[in-house]
Amino acid sequence: MPIKVENLVHIYSKDTVFQHVALDDVSFTIEDGEFIGLIGHTGSGKSTLIQHLNGLLKPTSGKIYIDDVDINSKDVELKFIRQKVGLVFQYPEHQLFEETVYKDVAFGPTNLKLSDGEIKDRVKNSLELVGLNYEEIKDKSPFDLSGGQKRRVAIAGVLAMRPKILILDEPTAGLDPRGRDEILNEIKSLHKKEKITIILVSHRMEDIARLVDRILVLNKGKIQFFDTPSRIFKEAETLESIGLGIPQVSDLIRQLRKRGFPIEDCISVEEAKNAIINVLRGKKNA
Amino acid sequence: MLKDITIGQYIPGDTPIHNLDPRIKIIITFAFIAALFFINKFFGYLFVVAFMIMAVGLSKIPVRYIFKGLKPLLVIILLTVALNIFMTEGEVIYTIWKLRITKEGLIQAAFMALRLIFLITGASLLTLTTSPISLTDGIEKLLNPLRSIGVPAHELAMMMTIALRFIPTLLEETDKIMKAQMARGADFETGNIISRARAMVPLLVPLFISAFRRADELALAMEARCYRGGENRTRMKQLSIEFRDYMALIITIVFFLAILWSRYFVK
Repeated sequence: MPIKVENLVHIYSKDTVFQHVALDDVSFTIEDGEFIGLIGHTGSGKSTLIQHLNGLLKPTSGKIYIDDVDINSKDVELKFIRQKVGLVFQYPEHQLFEETVYKDVAFGPTNLKLSDGEIKDRVKNSLELVGLNYEEIKDKSPFDLSGGQKRRVAIAGVLAMRPKILILDEPTAGLDPRGRDEILNEIKSLHKKEKITIILVSHRMEDIARLVDRILVLNKGKIQFFDTPSRIFKEAETLESIGLGIPQVSDLIRQLRKRGFPIEDCISVEEAKNAIINVLRGKKNA
Repeated sequence: MLKDITIGQYIPGDTPIHNLDPRIKIIITFAFIAALFFINKFFGYLFVVAFMIMAVGLSKIPVRYIFKGLKPLLVIILLTVALNIFMTEGEVIYTIWKLRITKEGLIQAAFMALRLIFLITGASLLTLTTSPISLTDGIEKLLNPLRSIGVPAHELAMMMTIALRFIPTLLEETDKIMKAQMARGADFETGNIISRARAMVPLLVPLFISAFRRADELALAMEARCYRGGENRTRMKQLSIEFRDYMALIITIVFFLAILWSRYFVK
């Protein structure tokens, strides 16, 4: 299910004093099963862009194709698009409303008018996908859970729609480092297990660098880069100039190389550790 | 869809109208509204038109915005016009079925419509050119003399400030939760009244929870900064009446006298 965006423009409050161009001629293609990181400074248009992908916002001009279907043409039912493209908003726990976790996660499938058995299956499956124990949690009130658990339940609520494309807007915002790592690892394993396309929105390079296949960098409503992490990190100066920067470990490697250390680019701490050890050992042997 | 609400919207600017003292602006607006009710012949509206053109021109607010405020009240205006046309006794000029249109009715209807239109546009000019904060500041200062008879001026103004401050926040929140539930297949737009009311539950529950959470946080933040109400509280920005405020008052008084003249002395 490829995503194709062509010359997308979005202008807020057009023709008023508050007019603001949020997206300016954005075009890109995302293939099936890709894991994409969407990154950009506050106000770069990330949230605006993802809301276009499931038809919550309409483009001022330009086209969006999901699976070769123009989602803004008149004969397309947005309900189906929204089922295919799952969108997890920032602080998704703020959307919880039901008395029990079960009912809340079941909200999406119920709207799809599925059978009770199917709904139960999906709820159980989704809760397990986000690392929660179904039997333990299903009858609890979502408001009695911890912050990290609430967020998982909310993500499960979107997963229960069985989307082919999952978009997560800053899923780690406001979590402690451990909660952040847990959520990111669950997203990673979700991508592996379910083979769905994932778009992860973040403003922290650290979070997404080691997870994603490609990174889309937005700057002031335009695409600055759309490439693999290691190639994007070569553009460290440009990234810094638009307020992003590269992960600390990549920066360290760059500094080392500048001082004559024969070392390749790395994007994770683990990789860097091994590379440095190898270089040091090689030196000793020589 | 929720961003279309323009009543009470403030458009920042640096014009003589924007810079008037909010107390003076409130007083002028009330004088303007009172004057509208003194008018008893069309001739009187000439002064109103002149006054409005001057005020709007000075404020540099696009005329479009002034009239936008009328949209939500269109129904009320039309209803007033219809009632006046058909219910006024007098010289009949046209009859549809049992409804009689009278000459007096038409005049009365035009009269009322003009009064309503000017009333609304005048009031919206006040909110368009005055930030909510300075508006409540002005109201607080104007109510201050009434404190001796037990009107809690500061508390009222603070409540208004907070309420106004949170309107955009709550609208944004509503928009966000609505979208989040729509992404889970919620449908707010179709169905009969009952199913639509039920569809609101997934929106209202999170909205209430977040409103209470925000209220809690705000109360805590205010207490942490030692807020204890209005007693002996000083301000960073003191309001002061300047030359332009006196000018505006004089113009308003002249305008008011002209209206009175048109009512009592012009045949």
